[in-house]
Amino acid sequence: MEAIIQINKLNLYYDTYHALKNVDLDLPEKTVTAFIGPSGCGKSTLLRTLNRMNDMIPGTRIEGSIKIGGTEIYSDEVHVEALRKQVGMVFQQPNPFPKSIYDNIAYGPRLHGIKSKSELDGIVEQSLKQAALWDEVKDYLKRSALSLSGGQQQRLCIARALAVQPDILLMDEATSALDPISTLKIEELVQELKSKYTIVMVTHNMHQAARVSGQTVFFLNGEVVESANTDVLFSTPSDPRTEDYISGRFG
Amino acid sequence: MIRRIEFDQQLEELKTTLRDMGRHMEEALAAAVESLKSLDAEKAQHVIHNDVRLNAMEEQIMDIGTRLIVTQQPVAKDLRRILVAFRIASDLERMGDLARDVAKVTIRLQGEKLIKPLVDLPQMSDKVRAMVSESIESYLTENTDLAYKMAEDDDEVDHLYSKILKELYSHLSSDPDHANQAMLLIMVGRYIERIADHATNIGESTVYLVTGHRPDLNQ
Repeated sequence: MEAIIQINKLNLYYDTYHALKNVDLDLPEKTVTAFIGPSGCGKSTLLRTLNRMNDMIPGTRIEGSIKIGGTEIYSDEVHVEALRKQVGMVFQQPNPFPKSIYDNIAYGPRLHGIKSKSELDGIVEQSLKQAALWDEVKDYLKRSALSLSGGQQQRLCIARALAVQPDILLMDEATSALDPISTLKIEELVQELKSKYTIVMVTHNMHQAARVSGQTVFFLNGEVVESANTDVLFSTPSDPRTEDYISGRFG
Repeated sequence: MIRRIEFDQQLEELKTTLRDMGRHMEEALAAAVESLKSLDAEKAQHVIHNDVRLNAMEEQIMDIGTRLIVTQQPVAKDLRRILVAFRIASDLERMGDLARDVAKVTIRLQGEKLIKPLVDLPQMSDKVRAMVSESIESYLTENTDLAYKMAEDDDEVDHLYSKILKELYSHLSSDPDHANQAMLLIMVGRYIERIADHATNIGESTVYLVTGHRPDLNQ
């Protein structure tokens, strides 16, 4: 399978702290990849390099290469806004705008110049359907997004990310604040979305990684210890540190 | 290194039960063959009666393992330790049934005299009992060398079984009056040989536990 994200010899420093060390990683297209590892291992840092969220953190320095679809994303020619349209992100806490459900979804497309009401209507409906939320909110599109439950808000955020037609969706512990039923809905949604999108998720829930992803990458102290098909990594990991971590015998 | 204390304790309980089950199975086979040697029906009945204990132990292992999977959600080797324990318990339960079958032959031979004192069958049984013990040990200590040794031991058992078969076949033609007994003793040889196959399965399970790949040692 073709690698849509190619990471080569990536090093990232927060001032003097060496947060990512010589990361080499290929992430296949239209696959769910899970990043796992203990807190501070660098998994969220790496996720955030993929749409340059770390640019906002002062003192961050990056060496090495990240190519998405063959383009070096840290080159001067790349506009961060264009990159973030291509690489959407969903965070741990649902963060809907204090606007209506409709306006939350239409926000991105409007920003990218779409003005036609009928076109926006179509995008809103399609995005909400893709996020498995349409049936629950179609009669209340003008209501505040903040009136939705936590699980619905998170699916709204996924719909909002999908509305600008990204290629890649990053999920940073996107279900850790949700109850089990809402978590299950998001996991099912991810399974549906993977036929169209490349999904990279950071999760502290190893069983979620095992359930949802096709590829899993285990990080430790800023390094990639092991990257493998998820079924292989969770049944016969090749590195004893991976085995210790997934077995809960790490520390 | 963080130890998963609860998990490790329950796993130890699982292993202890398997060890007891293995010992119980060995004793059942020894008693069954002993009952046959002396045509002691009472001893044979005891073996048949005691088989329920092996069945109960298998259930106990299933219960402990299921509880571990549900509550601890083990992965990788921890998961295989439990899956393999299920399989070993099932092998031991089948071995117990075969020991019981040997005891049933003793009952069927009541009132008869043995056509000759039994030498090779007890020898085969001793070998197989050692296999049972070592196969369980291979699981408990995760020792693949010991597991692979099961294949060699199984060949020896097969060889002994062939020898017994040849001898008893010749009895069939030379002493047709005791053909029934010769046939029953051939079956006993078969039962014991099947027990060795199950011990070899346990060796395979150990290799699977350690490596994640299942070899075929029963060839």
